[in-house]
Amino acid sequence: MKKSVILGAMTFAGLAAGAASAGTLDDVKARGKLNCGVTTGLVGFAAPNANGEWEGFDVAVCRAVAAAVLGDSSAVEFVPTTGKTRFTALASGEIDMLARNTTWTFSRDVDLKFEFVGVNYYDGQGFMVPKELGVSSAKELDGATVCIQTGTTTELNLADFFRSNNISYEPVPIETNAEAQQQYLAGACDVYTTDASGLAATRATFDDPAGHVILPEIISKEPLGPLVRHGDHEWGDVVRWSLMALIAAEELGVTSANLSEMAAGTENPEINRLLGTEGTLGEMLGLSADWGKNAIAAQGNYGEIFAKNIGEDTPVGLARGLNAQWTEGGLLYAPPFR
Amino acid sequence: MSTLTDPPNEGFRLSMLINDTRYRSLTFQVIAAIVLALCIWYLGNNLIQNLRAAGLNISYTFLGDPAGYDINQRLVEYDSQSSHAKAALVGLLNTLLVAFLACITATVFGVVAGVLRLSNNWLVSKLMAVYVEIFRNIPVLIWIIIIFTIMTAVLPGPRAFRGDNATASMVLDAFAFTNRGIYVPMPWFENGLFASTAMNWLLVLGGFAGSWIAAHQINVWANAKQEATGVRPKTTAMILAAWLVPFLALMLIMGLTWEYPELKGFNFSGGIKVGGPLIALWFALSIYTGAFIAENVRAGIQAVSKGQTEAASALGLRPRRVMNLVVLPQALRVIIPPLISNFLNITKNSSLAIAVGYADITATLGGITLNQTGRAIECVLLLMLFYLTASLTISMVMNVYNASVKLKER
Repeated sequence: MKKSVILGAMTFAGLAAGAASAGTLDDVKARGKLNCGVTTGLVGFAAPNANGEWEGFDVAVCRAVAAAVLGDSSAVEFVPTTGKTRFTALASGEIDMLARNTTWTFSRDVDLKFEFVGVNYYDGQGFMVPKELGVSSAKELDGATVCIQTGTTTELNLADFFRSNNISYEPVPIETNAEAQQQYLAGACDVYTTDASGLAATRATFDDPAGHVILPEIISKEPLGPLVRHGDHEWGDVVRWSLMALIAAEELGVTSANLSEMAAGTENPEINRLLGTEGTLGEMLGLSADWGKNAIAAQGNYGEIFAKNIGEDTPVGLARGLNAQWTEGGLLYAPPFR
Repeated sequence: MSTLTDPPNEGFRLSMLINDTRYRSLTFQVIAAIVLALCIWYLGNNLIQNLRAAGLNISYTFLGDPAGYDINQRLVEYDSQSSHAKAALVGLLNTLLVAFLACITATVFGVVAGVLRLSNNWLVSKLMAVYVEIFRNIPVLIWIIIIFTIMTAVLPGPRAFRGDNATASMVLDAFAFTNRGIYVPMPWFENGLFASTAMNWLLVLGGFAGSWIAAHQINVWANAKQEATGVRPKTTAMILAAWLVPFLALMLIMGLTWEYPELKGFNFSGGIKVGGPLIALWFALSIYTGAFIAENVRAGIQAVSKGQTEAASALGLRPRRVMNLVVLPQALRVIIPPLISNFLNITKNSSLAIAVGYADITATLGGITLNQTGRAIECVLLLMLFYLTASLTISMVMNVYNASVKLKER
């Protein structure tokens, strides 16, 4: 009994001690490895490939940060987290950053003491149903059994949506995407709801993707982005500007194909500052001058990462939509590099 | 002879704390206690300071805020606008429900398997040995998941009941076995004596209590008569009447009717739904813990010396009475204490409920609430408090029972 009290207290103290340590940038440099929290597996966003290497849209952000900080895009330790464990993992210092299609909300930012560094995917919650049900709108779902991934904003949106439309439903809380998929396919629930991108990614893994439809209603705003612990602003800046470098690179036309050519120096001063041939942006961040070049070299610019992992030519098949550059009618807008 | 005197009565010296065996152990115990208290104080203080440095504080005000999420199995009124405290209560009741059901069935499984394992029938005893060894040597989480998976894969979905050439049909037109749960008819009263359903059911329970008292009185009367005359009057019909007549009368007066489940929209509606997660969790906990209880029962029976059985047989008792009157009462003394820990294990293992989407307290308070509010330490402390209270209560009740069956020395 006494022993368990001590152990319990030590666990708490350990958690708290981890949270209090500062200087994540120095920690990562000293460790030579970035600990990055990702999902337990969502095709297109973060999943191990046949060789066991993690790849995907969120994984690319981790790799870009690792490349910017350490100059090596493979120096990443991927830590799979569930919707429930992700915040504890980040708050306790187990991971340095979380890139796990996590919605930026007020309470997470302010009350949970996290720092969302930007948005890498503008999403919204949708519904997927088997085609044979003949449902064409989410408002026809009265009385349906709905599978939800527990510990996400989706269960709150879901409750709000059904309440405001005055229809009933029965929630089935599921821990991971894989289990939810199995329950949905076995017919234990009529509807699967999560972010529309997640639905598309899940549907892509089905034997018969055409047998399932994603309903037109998008019932929420889900700006997904990487986040870090509140209070460590130097580290927050590193992650933020690594992401922005990817977005700016697409806007400025820097691709993995022409990167080395551009890095030799161009007529455009902003590209030069981004790639470190002009100015001291890297030094200001506490990184090497070529940090931006390394980040882009990891997996290409934002557009390349999107097209390779979740774009229209992949099984996930997502259109750019809101995630196009602001110059093309989307919401992606990187602040100036100067 | 005055050389033999008492040792000089010196005053207490500080060195005696170490050198005097009368005080030494006490000294070390006090030192150990102080060191332990200091360690705990240091860790607790560290926690509080670090929380403060991180800008977090321990506060339970979130319990009053609206929870914002729905729960599929509710034993009390609850909707998404209810508070987090209410959500925790719903989860708590769900935990207690599955723990209670599983304790009963696990005991039944355990006693049957334990007794049959001692059977002289080779096949039966070996089958029971296989059951015990397989179920207690595989983690309960695996059993919960596999039972749930099999259930959802084997049973048809509600859609299969639809249409002219439906692939599934209801049993007796009253029971529907689907992969979302089992739907059974719900009894209700057409003209109940009270306005509220709960009061009507309380009345039925009251009726049962009356029947029990009446049956008891009949037994007392029969015993008295037997002692006076040596002939025991036939009581079977009277006891049966004492149980059935008030019950049937109540049902007739209140107009008992059944509401049958029927397919409506996406799901069955009407009737009572016993959810798939509840069944899977209940069954998995029962059959897993039943294997442990079976071993306790076997140990208990084997602890009663063979001489007792032989002596009882020599007195002319039949095997069943030997078991009921001689072996089991003595075996219970050995069985009850480990049975208590098995009941505690069921209660604690029920926290694996989220694996199958059952909304127990770990899933509501320790899952969704924790996650939505981010109040991890507060929620976990509450959970610890709940499980501790529940376990200690079960332990207390079972210890009272244990005291009533244990060997009484006079």
